[in-house]
Amino acid sequence: MSALTFTLKHKPAQRVDMSPLVCQKLAGLQVNQIAALTLQNGKRKIRVDELFVIDGVDTQNIIIKGSFEKLDFIGKELEGGSITVEGDAGAYLGLGMKSGEIVVTGNVGLYAACEMKKGFLCVNGNAGDFLGAALPGNKMGMKGGTILIKGNVGERAGDHMRRGNILIEGNAGDYCGSRMTAGTIAVMGQTGNYLGFAMRRGTLLLWNQPVASARFNDCGAHTLAFLPILFAAFKKLNSRFASSGASFNRVQRYAGDMSEMGKGEVLVKIN
Amino acid sequence: MIINGVTIDATFAEAFPMKATRAIITAQNEKWAMISAQAMTGFATSVIACGCEAGIERVLEPSETPDGRPGVSIMIFAMGGKGLAKQLETRAGQCVLTSPTSALYAGIDGGTRIALGKNLRYFGDGFQVSKLIDGKRYWRIPVMDGEFLTEATTGQVDAVGGGNFLVLAESQPQALAACEAAIEEMRKIPNVIMPFPGGVVRSGSKVGSKYASLGASTNDAYCPTLKGMTKTDLSLEIESVMEIVIDGLTKEDIDKAMRVGIQAVCDLGAAQGVKRISAGNYGGKLGPFHFHLQEIMA
Repeated sequence: MSALTFTLKHKPAQRVDMSPLVCQKLAGLQVNQIAALTLQNGKRKIRVDELFVIDGVDTQNIIIKGSFEKLDFIGKELEGGSITVEGDAGAYLGLGMKSGEIVVTGNVGLYAACEMKKGFLCVNGNAGDFLGAALPGNKMGMKGGTILIKGNVGERAGDHMRRGNILIEGNAGDYCGSRMTAGTIAVMGQTGNYLGFAMRRGTLLLWNQPVASARFNDCGAHTLAFLPILFAAFKKLNSRFASSGASFNRVQRYAGDMSEMGKGEVLVKIN
Repeated sequence: MIINGVTIDATFAEAFPMKATRAIITAQNEKWAMISAQAMTGFATSVIACGCEAGIERVLEPSETPDGRPGVSIMIFAMGGKGLAKQLETRAGQCVLTSPTSALYAGIDGGTRIALGKNLRYFGDGFQVSKLIDGKRYWRIPVMDGEFLTEATTGQVDAVGGGNFLVLAESQPQALAACEAAIEEMRKIPNVIMPFPGGVVRSGSKVGSKYASLGASTNDAYCPTLKGMTKTDLSLEIESVMEIVIDGLTKEDIDKAMRVGIQAVCDLGAAQGVKRISAGNYGGKLGPFHFHLQEIMA
């Protein structure tokens, strides 16, 4: 069965809410029914076939071709199935995603995977601010699943994060892991200022020494048994995290944020 | 049936349903994993007085363990789930948590989940850290040698306990040598343990006693020193009887273990003083699982 493919006809001037085009909402619909669905485009509603050429029938395997940075809410509350985005994605990619898989070949905007509950989200390019965070005013960010970013991420990655893994092959901006309650964020590249700001619990696993902070206390060098298990869980990923060279278990442990609960940790690889 | 001069009695061993679990202990090296495993499975020969039956299943290569360190797989059997959970938790807390460099993981993924390190985490006094990796919850408990890592739960499954056979020999050294040979082969079979010291028990029991307070007493029919003063099952030349008790996850696992064990005894044969193989048979009153010796060896 061929994947249900939406090929963008033209780039609209206004942003598009793509949330109706998720696997569970399209299940059982015929192509003509899908074509007649409406999408919010700026202040007006447009038919799906006004914006996309539709091919294929497998609603559990969706491909969006020619995607660009104004297509928002792709994969919102996705519950099973897979969505492949060829190109860039806008804001709120995978918002509240419950299960399934989203892969983006390009870059993604603000609030990607925010309040994600389960599943797997992979971005081959860069991600904007508030990756895996909570929506403004909310207290719980990502609650489960795995996010893999092969490029860099913006500020506040994992803000209010509650559970799950955020894996960043590139660099992370300022306030990475801010207000984190639990979960794991791994950063292979550099991290910005205010790492783990107001972090309560959780783990920030770093390949490079972060900017020194008075809010984190040095707990010394340690060999931690859970790290090989964590790295073994990454083996199935198509990522630098899966390579045997990426694995280590010897780290410098910093506890913090001491101005908060102080039970979070920053683990820095010892070379 | 006679194999290599050894008579296989036309009888059966009786076994009963139990609950079982498995845990994997790892450590910096095999020596310390084994020390921890021996402590955890100590004083666990019989449910009659120990609360559970436990034993070491096998040594694990680093490639077989969750954290890539040398490890030992242990199994615990009890009459009920509640008792099993209590024994597992007590033993994990006193024998593995305390053992240098150790870590403790689930050995059964399915089944009813019972606490492994779930409650041991409170030893961390609030400094414990939880990690959910691939759907499994782990607890990192800070201890004086670093960090004790334990999986939160392990699986409890239905199992079979009390499979057994008796080795009847012309002398005590010959009976022991035959049992040692059997145990060496039986330890290669997965999913079974032989919970008695070294896998061998010399004080097999019968149901009941002349003393009202005792539920079991010496199996006088197989005590060689009583041949002339009780209703004996021994011929004159038998001077020593030893028993091997097997607990396993399934009847088939016990079948396999009994077959290789009895075969190892028979390989020594009558020339080495082994005369008969029999089994603990209580007339079908003890349990629903029957292991017919001649069928197993057919």
